[in-house]
Amino acid sequence: MIPEIGHYALILALCVAVVQGTIPIYGAAVGNSSFMSVAKPAARGQFLLVLLAFCCLGYAFAVKDFSVLYVAATSNSQLPLHYRIAAIWGAHEGSLLLWVFILTIWMVAVSFFSGHLPEAMRARILGVMGLVSVGFLLFMLTVSNPFERLIPAAFDGRDLNPLLQDPGMVIHPPMLYMGYVGFSVAFAFALAALFGGTLDAAWARWSRPWTTVAWCFLTIGVAIGSGSAYYELGWGGWWFWAPVENASLMPWLAGTALIHSLAVTDKRGSFKAWSVLLAILAFSLSLLGTFLVRSGVLTSVHAFATDPKRGLFILVFLAVVIGGSLMLYAWRAPRVGLGGSFSIVSREGMLLANNVLLVAALGAVLLGTLYPLFLDALDLGKISVGPPYFDTVFVPLMTPAIFLMGIGPLAQWKKASLPELAVRLRWAFGVSVATALLVPILMGHWSPLVSLGLLLALWIATTIAVDLRERLTRTDGSSFMGKLAMLPRAYWGMVIAHFGLALFITGVTMVKGFEVEQDVRMNVGETATLGGYTFRFDGTEQYRGPNYIAARGSIHVSQDGRDVTVMYPEKRRYTVQNQTMTEAAISPGFLRDLYVSLGEPLEGGAWSVRLYHKPFIDWIWGGCLVMAVGGVLAISDRRYRLAWRRKEVEVPAGTQMARQTVS
Amino acid sequence: MKPRHKRFIFIGLGLLALAGASMLILNAFQKNLVFFYTPTAVANGEAPKGQGFRIGGMVEDGSLTREGDGLTVHFVMTDTAKRVPVTFKGILPDLFKEGKGAVAQGQLGADGTFLASEVLAKHDENYMPPEAAEALAKAKAAAGAQTSSTLVVNPR
Repeated sequence: MIPEIGHYALILALCVAVVQGTIPIYGAAVGNSSFMSVAKPAARGQFLLVLLAFCCLGYAFAVKDFSVLYVAATSNSQLPLHYRIAAIWGAHEGSLLLWVFILTIWMVAVSFFSGHLPEAMRARILGVMGLVSVGFLLFMLTVSNPFERLIPAAFDGRDLNPLLQDPGMVIHPPMLYMGYVGFSVAFAFALAALFGGTLDAAWARWSRPWTTVAWCFLTIGVAIGSGSAYYELGWGGWWFWAPVENASLMPWLAGTALIHSLAVTDKRGSFKAWSVLLAILAFSLSLLGTFLVRSGVLTSVHAFATDPKRGLFILVFLAVVIGGSLMLYAWRAPRVGLGGSFSIVSREGMLLANNVLLVAALGAVLLGTLYPLFLDALDLGKISVGPPYFDTVFVPLMTPAIFLMGIGPLAQWKKASLPELAVRLRWAFGVSVATALLVPILMGHWSPLVSLGLLLALWIATTIAVDLRERLTRTDGSSFMGKLAMLPRAYWGMVIAHFGLALFITGVTMVKGFEVEQDVRMNVGETATLGGYTFRFDGTEQYRGPNYIAARGSIHVSQDGRDVTVMYPEKRRYTVQNQTMTEAAISPGFLRDLYVSLGEPLEGGAWSVRLYHKPFIDWIWGGCLVMAVGGVLAISDRRYRLAWRRKEVEVPAGTQMARQTVS
Repeated sequence: MKPRHKRFIFIGLGLLALAGASMLILNAFQKNLVFFYTPTAVANGEAPKGQGFRIGGMVEDGSLTREGDGLTVHFVMTDTAKRVPVTFKGILPDLFKEGKGAVAQGQLGADGTFLASEVLAKHDENYMPPEAAEALAKAKAAAGAQTSSTLVVNPR
């Protein structure tokens, strides 16, 4: 009964979505206020209906209702409750439900925090989001219904993929989807502006916080995915350039470009058409990412759907959304205008160059991800594009981008002087180069790539320091702390996010340059030495988990005769699917991770063991976290809080300009 | 400088940058493509020498042997028509099993042994990597074609 209620709620939600996607947009076109006012209650009603459906599915999992096909396929009676709940998004149908659920959450958020928007704008935004929702609900109700019954009911379920039975893997999809779907708001803003033909600085100011929030979620989501892969797959890698990872990286790159482009549109009125295009691009890539990963196109743990009808629906849906919005763009964008002019050497110029580089990198990833799929689909042969391609392309494209990233915040809007910038930044440059050359030599192993990586990280950090110092001398304030507090939070957000990138680059560089790995056969009591640490294998013991049996090894680690830690890597066999899983043991640290995983049992109690010493690896995810924190700070800036509070009055242009000179 | 000139320089620089980036990307792309060959294709000498590629198929039952170091393994990859011996040093993935599908990446050695630098098996017990599945299907099609008619049929 409960699953039928969920199913019914989805059908009702579809009806509401159709209303939400048509009447308010029509109302905005003809200027009918009562039609436009349908948008808000429709969005909230849709949220409640999808919430109900979501809870129904959760209930079916909680009570182990194996008469529901999806529940039987992705859970098992032995699976602990928290993983049964997480199994809601453990496969194709449920993740689509999660997607729509998150979409309705964003809709409700828009309906609450849009008091300062003109009514027509809000109606159009919610209308566009309603249309997106129609597509997804239709998809679920026609070809991938999570509430489909299994008659007769299964005696027990097939269990959740063991790889997904992990806290990181549990929160990774919701985070990622918050980001993906969050870009639907920026997308809806862009389309609403195209419909209305009013693309001004106010439009950019309104869409900025939404875009930044989505970007923060996406940043965290990608980082969690990478971190989970690191400890869950047992291979010690943190990024494989696998298509599923690229699928999440591409919207992130587009979103990053969008944030910066919107900043220019907001402050200077330039880049209007470009911002709109990026907003469309970011959301299109989010859709592509969702479907690439969850539709079976990609062959990996993430892929579930193999039904050709689904594939067809997805292709049509993508074509309608992407093609439709690009057509609207081509039709309306010329009206939008290009915005103010600026010199090549100016902050705008550098941001534009950065944007182009980000989009070029995005294009490279897209090519490497989709080309093999196209060849395969056209039956022209099977190829794969490995990590070396992405590495070769990414470094040269990102190097100039990061170099500009250091200069950009110090350059003036409209027109800057190169010699003057060079004088201001000479110390930052000198210190970065010297340190980047010296540190690897001191660490005993110099290579050009390590120096380059360190140079980029140091360049970001030192230019931030120069910028901060200059701004503080220009700011009035009694004390140092008082001056710090005077700087706007949006500025702090930028500084911290950029600094996060510096941490990230440091992590990547150090891991790539100095990690040591060893595959070794270890008898009980035997030792191996790696990165200054001595690992002693003390054998394995058997134990039984809730839905698996495991061999747990214990490895004693010491350094110069002192005990450091004992590590317990495991080899688990999940009984329902008879699948073997490697659970690595990690001893994390600020400057290094020790990573141990069990290979295979050999004769006489010996095992093949994989040992890693990974310097600075946690800086990779730490850097991402710091980036997201920067984003959060930027959203909490005063100007947005004022905007929420002041519902009726628009910000007068004069005060806006005055504040710009401060920031 | 007139705005028109400025725009001209802008577009010129943009195009130049775009051309540079495209060159870089396409060049890297071409260099790093990894092609896939079936065991039959490898046995017939179609696979490139001295260049990396991927091979996919079934791991033949009973073919897995381990050297004394516990790390170097030998096994045979087959598409039921032809067999290719493979050598790999390292830890095999969790799902690697005899009688199951697998994909290996590496180079062909002088003696016809495939020296794998990486062995991939997918994370699903019943799941056959598509490359491996295709290799088996092709071999089957080729065998069927040979027995049923004298026409030379391209297995693709």
